[in-house]
Amino acid sequence: MAEVKMPKLGESVTEGTLGKWLKQVGEQVYKYEPLVEVVTDKVSAEIPSDFEGVLTAILVQENETVKVGVPIAVIEEAGSGSAQASSASPESIKSSTQIVSNGIASAPQESAMKAETGAEAVAFSQSAAPTQVRYSPAVLKLAQERGIDLSKVKGTGIAGRVTRKDVLGYTQSASMHANPSSSMQTAPTVASTMATQNTPESATVSASATQNTETTSTSIQAPDNEEWIPVSAVRKTIASRMVQSKHQAPHAWMMVEVDVTPLVRLRERHKAEFKQREGIDLTYLPFFIRSTVEALKEFPIMNSTWADDKIILKKDIHISIAVATDNALVVPVIRHADRLSILGIAGAVADLARRARSGKLTIQDVQDGTFTVNNTGAFGSILSQPIINAPQAAILSVESIVRRPIVRDDDSIAIRSMVNLCLSLDHRILDGWVAGQFLRSIKQRLEGLNESTSLY
Amino acid sequence: MTVKLYIDSIHDALQEEMRRDQGVFVVGEDVGVRGGVFRVTQGLIEEFGEMRVIDAPLAESAIVGVAIGAAAYGLKPVAEIQFADFILPAVNQIISEAAKMRYRSNNDWSCPLVVRAPYGGGVHGALYHSQSVEALFHHVPGLKVVMPATAADAKGLLLSAIRDPDPVLFFEHKALYRWVKDDVPDGDYTVPIGKARLVREGEDLTVITYGLMVHYAEEAARELEKEGVSIELLDLRTVSPLDREAILAAAKKTGKVLIVHEDNKTGGVGAEVSAIIAEEALFDLDAPIARLCGPDIPAMPFNPPQERFYMVNSEKIAQAMRKLAAF
Amino acid sequence: MNAQSLGVKAMTEKRHEKLGLTDQDVIKMYRYMVLTRGLDERMWLLNRAGKVPFVVSCKGQEAAQIGAAFALNPLRDYVLPYYRDLGVVLVFGQTAKDVMLSAFAKSEDPNSGGRQMPGHFGSREHHIVTGSSPVSTQIPHAVGIALAAKMKGDRLVAYTSFGEGSSNQGDFHEAANFAGVHHLPVVFFCENNKYAISVPLRKELACERVSDRAAGYGFPGVTVDGNDPLAVYQAMQEAVTRALNGEGPSLVEAMVDRLNPHSSDDDDRTYRSKEELEEAKRQDPIFSFRDYLLACGVLTEESERALRDEVTADINAATAYAEQAPYPEPEQALRYVFAE
Repeated sequence: MAEVKMPKLGESVTEGTLGKWLKQVGEQVYKYEPLVEVVTDKVSAEIPSDFEGVLTAILVQENETVKVGVPIAVIEEAGSGSAQASSASPESIKSSTQIVSNGIASAPQESAMKAETGAEAVAFSQSAAPTQVRYSPAVLKLAQERGIDLSKVKGTGIAGRVTRKDVLGYTQSASMHANPSSSMQTAPTVASTMATQNTPESATVSASATQNTETTSTSIQAPDNEEWIPVSAVRKTIASRMVQSKHQAPHAWMMVEVDVTPLVRLRERHKAEFKQREGIDLTYLPFFIRSTVEALKEFPIMNSTWADDKIILKKDIHISIAVATDNALVVPVIRHADRLSILGIAGAVADLARRARSGKLTIQDVQDGTFTVNNTGAFGSILSQPIINAPQAAILSVESIVRRPIVRDDDSIAIRSMVNLCLSLDHRILDGWVAGQFLRSIKQRLEGLNESTSLY
Repeated sequence: MTVKLYIDSIHDALQEEMRRDQGVFVVGEDVGVRGGVFRVTQGLIEEFGEMRVIDAPLAESAIVGVAIGAAAYGLKPVAEIQFADFILPAVNQIISEAAKMRYRSNNDWSCPLVVRAPYGGGVHGALYHSQSVEALFHHVPGLKVVMPATAADAKGLLLSAIRDPDPVLFFEHKALYRWVKDDVPDGDYTVPIGKARLVREGEDLTVITYGLMVHYAEEAARELEKEGVSIELLDLRTVSPLDREAILAAAKKTGKVLIVHEDNKTGGVGAEVSAIIAEEALFDLDAPIARLCGPDIPAMPFNPPQERFYMVNSEKIAQAMRKLAAF
Repeated sequence: MNAQSLGVKAMTEKRHEKLGLTDQDVIKMYRYMVLTRGLDERMWLLNRAGKVPFVVSCKGQEAAQIGAAFALNPLRDYVLPYYRDLGVVLVFGQTAKDVMLSAFAKSEDPNSGGRQMPGHFGSREHHIVTGSSPVSTQIPHAVGIALAAKMKGDRLVAYTSFGEGSSNQGDFHEAANFAGVHHLPVVFFCENNKYAISVPLRKELACERVSDRAAGYGFPGVTVDGNDPLAVYQAMQEAVTRALNGEGPSLVEAMVDRLNPHSSDDDDRTYRSKEELEEAKRQDPIFSFRDYLLACGVLTEESERALRDEVTADINAATAYAEQAPYPEPEQALRYVFAE
């Protein structure tokens, strides 16, 4: 397989726009045979093939603009093994370029430049195959120090190389938000993703297993006034997923306050009987989940995933809920939450929480979540800015219900049970408008509850 | 502070030190009545007389050898070699003698000698009036080699060189003599030998250089700044002994290092700078260490196109910077 | 044994008195010659015994060296000797012990702390300027010292010695010219032993004598019999007087014979005939000067033997001391590249 790349068609030309493809996929192509028309701000030309063979892929479509050097097509070379085929020698590319740009003063440019730089020019060895990912020592060291998965870092160097600056930028944007110093920042997300991705072979995901501290590196000792805590593999994964989410998904944030006085009354009325009948505590969470699920049905875009070239709407509604254990957060999933009653949700929550704390969650339990509801109210928080549980589109945190005086429509003051609902959303997918609608929908559903709302 | 030309700064440093210390004298070809072919020593013979401003016979080994003897006796000779290209006949004296007198006598004798020599090209000096010779001496333990880029450093380093208890080679770039002008502290002003100068701070890549190239690199850095690339620029000032600490700090800061010198590449000072970084800062490197140097040809031709071809200039440096920045 | 060659005809007159030398002076000169010879032979022996890896010999040149050194004042003058000038550094204050410490390359070696080969002299205390192996490099240094002394108004002579082979080096010519131009108080002392390692004089010089070269630099050059310490002393004294009177440099060439190969690593049988060497040994200045001193009654057989015994005892003690003296610590090799 050989790649045809966008040639440099003149001095200061850095990109070109493709015109009509003169060959189609599957067609035989001879060397130097025109493949595609190209237009730059300086020249119009036909790009010839550097190879003989069959055009197997067109990577750039007509009217698309690409930078010089970007692959635009793939040719399966005639009668050659793959090793030989990939050797698109720079010379051949250059010579073909010269043919295309025939008559246009672009070809001598390279040699002229060379002459100008008689002073021994800076030359980087290009020996490494372009497909082979190599990181510089500095990049590797940084990534190791900061627990970064380099495959997630977007490179801005030559041929997409990840530079030291890229890694620094990556961690900088992460650390700006990852400071866990207040209840403003909560992070219910990661473990589920981690578990699904990293331990597919293990049947259970034990929260206590997160203690498995494989200490990395550093023989260097901590100074007396510091204590250095070894970072466990799970903590590392959490860190890198947080960083990744925060880095890749532009987070926007909104909050509504909801009057849940009727909900409080509803729960007060049923909780004893519920406990007695069902054997589980009736908490507020199932009501919030239920309202959220209904709103998700109304605004399916909230239940989606960003995939660069498309947005994937998830038809199943699997709600991730954060469960704090002693050592970590796990985020088990209530599958098909839209099919469950309050009782069903309450049962699922109770079950997942119990199994999470006893380390009995299965892979099944922690994967495929499509939206996360995070019960930060459990910690007494009244405001939080959760990090999205990537690759989901948004996360809702439910804060503490607090009784406080509020001004009613008729200007009277009343003591009501109020709760803040906070939403972090992936701004690539969602805009404020839809997110606002979504929150309002939840709010209305919660405020519409009354003592006769069925729990079953 | 007085704004002075590079050449005047050297002249003034000599004059001030000769006034301050009776043991200081200059010896070289044409340094007396003529005041030096570049006029560095102009007026000194009138003030200090021909005993302290000695027009030597045209014999470089004797100029240096006699100065070594005088230094051993306790004086502070400043020998001038008219062009660095012509220092070669004196190399035996410099390397076999000056560099080793303290060592071979187990600290009994010493050689507080300064050898000044104008070096460098781009001045239509052709093969034998354009050379950079620092690499020859850079390799030799027992020698200090300083190469100031600014008028202030020229003064500060020359005073330090004269007062240094060991031999110092002081290379002055001819192109800087009457081109560069900057604030020079008045009075007794010294710059420590072996300390580099951070010319400008930057984030994207580090340029390490010395001499004339500092100015070209600065020009290039300003150009790159417009393109959004910020350059950390280190002027070595002393090429022997190298300021390892400053080199490593500058290299680690950006992880990308471009070393520039006018001297040809192979076995140049840049090779050593590069090796220091490779040995001690590998895990801070984000790109291969790059060198932009003169070509490995015997010397600089006379005709203008080939002279330009030889010389590193700000455009070539900017180009190398862009390449490294993009890596 | 060959008193005639030195002029026993003049035995009745004490030539040294005419030169202003007392009997004690000439006995001291003889003693230095014997000490020089004894140390040289001892070192050669130690080399052949495998105890000293390298030595360079001055055997046969002692009269020239001692004669020259006696014309100098160790408290006033500076010497920049070449590697054979053992006799000169002894007169200037180095001891048998110093020499043996240098031969064994021990830590206490005053020349270099055991860093340099034997024969690379240096001692600030004794006005002996440190030297190296490349030949003639010390000659411009001597000129520099003379220049510096002149600038400071110090009245002294800078003596520098070299072989006739080294008189072909640019540094000799450049330095001689510089000294000539500036009328500096330098004495250039050439010990012409007629060989530059293996290359004989006829292949070394186009002129007849090294002293002829002085004319080119505007100062006098004389050639004397280097086997006669008094002749050398006389010529040197004239040169020293000129220097001290501000009349400028002089070149004194002493004709000598090298009785050993160039160094302990050399074998002169490949380039020098046995007959020539035998003849040279018959001219051995130690014997002729002894004969002179005996003939004019300054020494007796008895006192001469006593003198020899004393010197031998001195050398034995020095050898014993140096052999057991400690080497320098290896890490000390890193010191004194620059001032510390």
